[in-house]
Amino acid sequence: MGSRNSLLLCVLVFAVVSALFTGHPEAAWPLAQIDDYLLNILIMAGINVILAVSLNIVSGHTGQFSLGHAGFMAVGAYGSAAVTQIGGKPILNALSFLGGAAPICMFVLSLLAGGFLAAVAGLAVGLPSLRLKGDYLAIVTLGFGEIIRVVIQNTEAVGGARGLTGIPAFTTLGWTWGLAAFCIYCVSALIRSTYGRGFLAVRDDEIAAEAMGVNTTKYKVTAFVVGSFFAGLAGALYAHLIGYITPEGFSFLKSVDVVVMVILGGMGSTLGVTVAAILLTVLNELLRQAEQYRMVAFALLLIVLMIARPQGLLGGIDRWLQARRNRS
Amino acid sequence: MKPILELEKVVVRFGGLVAVSAVDFHVGEGELVGLIGPNGAGKTTLFNVITGVYKPTEGGIRFDGQTVGGLSASDITSRGIARTFQNIRLFSSLSVLDNVVAAFNLHLKSGFLGALWRGKQFREQERAVHEEALQLLDVFGLKSAAHQPCRSLAYGDQRRLEIVRALATKPRLLLLDEPAAGMNPTEKVELMRLIRFTQERFGPAVLLVEHDMKVVMGICQRIAVLEYGRKIAEGTPGEIQQDRRVIAAYLGEEVVDA
Repeated sequence: MGSRNSLLLCVLVFAVVSALFTGHPEAAWPLAQIDDYLLNILIMAGINVILAVSLNIVSGHTGQFSLGHAGFMAVGAYGSAAVTQIGGKPILNALSFLGGAAPICMFVLSLLAGGFLAAVAGLAVGLPSLRLKGDYLAIVTLGFGEIIRVVIQNTEAVGGARGLTGIPAFTTLGWTWGLAAFCIYCVSALIRSTYGRGFLAVRDDEIAAEAMGVNTTKYKVTAFVVGSFFAGLAGALYAHLIGYITPEGFSFLKSVDVVVMVILGGMGSTLGVTVAAILLTVLNELLRQAEQYRMVAFALLLIVLMIARPQGLLGGIDRWLQARRNRS
Repeated sequence: MKPILELEKVVVRFGGLVAVSAVDFHVGEGELVGLIGPNGAGKTTLFNVITGVYKPTEGGIRFDGQTVGGLSASDITSRGIARTFQNIRLFSSLSVLDNVVAAFNLHLKSGFLGALWRGKQFREQERAVHEEALQLLDVFGLKSAAHQPCRSLAYGDQRRLEIVRALATKPRLLLLDEPAAGMNPTEKVELMRLIRFTQERFGPAVLLVEHDMKVVMGICQRIAVLEYGRKIAEGTPGEIQQDRRVIAAYLGEEVVDA
């Protein structure tokens, strides 16, 4: 399939899904009668796909182990909420010439704000910390993630520890999965370009990469900024789904959740990570009945998987697909 | 012969240890120079300082007339110095072809939006670079293995692939760090042929660190000898074989009974 076709596919996914599931109970389409609980799970799955695929570009493809993904998600969530909730009325007034499209335009604006703010945060964190390797980088990114959270917690303008309420519910299934498809497209396109080869060379052998003229700093920072941008988008979608965000929701544990998705799906496999993100979101809900044993079941599952398939569920599948493409 | 690489009183110090001490040295354009010396003499350190892995503590390194001492490794490679490694360092998860294609990066335009949009220009460049990489592999007899994972290659072929990968950066000076290490005699003969062939076909100057005297004496036009970080001799293979200090460095000095 041509790459341009996949971009068209993204738009198509967005259009079809938003047409089918508008999320409004009075929608005429029969499929729109889907109950809210299921709808929420489907949207959460989409958000998790964006988070996992974007972390995968940093940890999986470029081999830089980051534990700060939730921090960038928080920047995106708060940045976008600042547009729609805090700046809502004046911005709507300014956009009033657009008529009925004004709220949607404001949402797009807030998504962009969330994504770009997170990307800037990613650049600020990435430049100094990407000199470190392995465990050291993991600890520093963990630290930065927590710093972001604590700064938000102590900023009264965005609600401090109480959080931010009354964020308009703009996020629909169409937006979420459309953007998830866009995210998957971007990552796959980057991987099959000079960037992707740079990322993989850095992961495989940094010294050899430098010796082959690959500017390792450039590629590491690029991966980090792209990853942060999409984490910010996911945060923005999340904020406009739940309508209420607190700093606690973006703690270190959220980062770990995403790391688990990436490891479970297979480091460096976009397809595997996508499947794992959906699977874990659904599993999380299915195991809700087991209540306090949920986390035990989760941990057991992980242990079994790591013993049986250390490369992750679908680790290596991308290479297998590539090999098949080359043969034909 | 015009010198392409010039080292002037280069010193590399690690704390109190002087690994390379005031070495003057040059490689001429298109020349094949050997660098030998006992273990720990500072050969690999000298390599690392030329390729930017370490920075020289003192002294100057000029490549093509311009100072390169202290630049980053990727900067130095982009100016035309490429290397292979003593212990093979291929990009292990990539295919044979992608190893070579990755080394072309430096000569490619890489617009971020271009990579996302994948327009005609981008696809044209991708096609051209894959083609060029395949041709390069073909020249070195690795084309049939192009889509295999590079780890599946035989040891000698992995060494060969490292040379191909280094050539993909289009170097004017190629540094080979013990290319014959771990090879059997047949592979060594093959390697000598390969190095000569590389020079004839692509024309870079070659600086070779090697322990195997047959290989070094067999192909080098000029040889420099290091011991304890100092250059103790330099000359043609014939001269080096006769040099008393070199023999002493390798075999020890004669003990004269009192």
